[in-house]
Amino acid sequence: MAENAAVTDEMKKWIGRESEATVIPIEKFMVLKFALATDDNNPLWQNEEYAKKSKHGGIMVPPNMLCCSMLSGGANRPTPPHNYNRRLDGGATWDFYKPMMVGDTIASVAKLVDIKSREGKMGTMLFFVWEIIHTNQKGELVAKTTSTGICY
Amino acid sequence: MAKQLYFEDVEVGMEIPPITKHPSTTTLVRWAGASEDYYPIHYDKDFALASNLPGVIVHGRLKAAYLGNLMTNWIGDQGILRKLTCNYRGMDLPCSVLTCKGKVVNKFQQNGENLVECDISLENDKGETTTPGSAVVALPSCKKK
Repeated sequence: MAENAAVTDEMKKWIGRESEATVIPIEKFMVLKFALATDDNNPLWQNEEYAKKSKHGGIMVPPNMLCCSMLSGGANRPTPPHNYNRRLDGGATWDFYKPMMVGDTIASVAKLVDIKSREGKMGTMLFFVWEIIHTNQKGELVAKTTSTGICY
Repeated sequence: MAKQLYFEDVEVGMEIPPITKHPSTTTLVRWAGASEDYYPIHYDKDFALASNLPGVIVHGRLKAAYLGNLMTNWIGDQGILRKLTCNYRGMDLPCSVLTCKGKVVNKFQQNGENLVECDISLENDKGETTTPGSAVVALPSCKKK
């Protein structure tokens, strides 16, 4: 099958569609759970006294916490209906513009920006690319995620 | 925490001190809970096998977080992670030893920041790169200490 042959006109109509914002207040316990899950003992995101003396003046949210699905993946990514039930994560790029601090509320809006298809080892594969804009409670742009999801 | 790294300390070709991670099936459940990713290929073996996978597999995003950890460990308290890119090219199974490593490929100044660009990767215990990537960090200058 030719490149992108599995991408239908109906699917293409979804390109540019945006999700509602997912709004998540980042609490200290969430950061602690993240640090435990990633086996990361950096005191900047765990030790209040240490973090207060740092240039950030408080507990910073580890930038890689944006790797979490609740912030940059998950159910809110606009996806056209299709018949490929299995899925894999293809990869992502995170651009970090401003530090996120514990106590910040992060709003994330996902936009579908591209769809491709290709024949692979596992048959036809659809590639969805989303761009997710993350802003804090002051409306400041804190980060951008560009993420690829594969359905096959 | 580790000694602060300064822009002047960094040279192209320099290696980032590697870190190793040992994700178990418990780690995958912990990550599922911490990140809110409950796709069953990461904890339900029957579901994973029915999806043509060899068993439950390590979340790509956990591997991305590990690579972020490689960078934040290296850059110290004053360094800032500016960009992280990962491609989940190969699958990793729980109970393998995963090594995150990297190398400096460029250093430059832009918009008043001292930036360092690195090629990074996550390898399995056979030495295969399953997750190649790249990162950009901003470092303080020791001249401004």
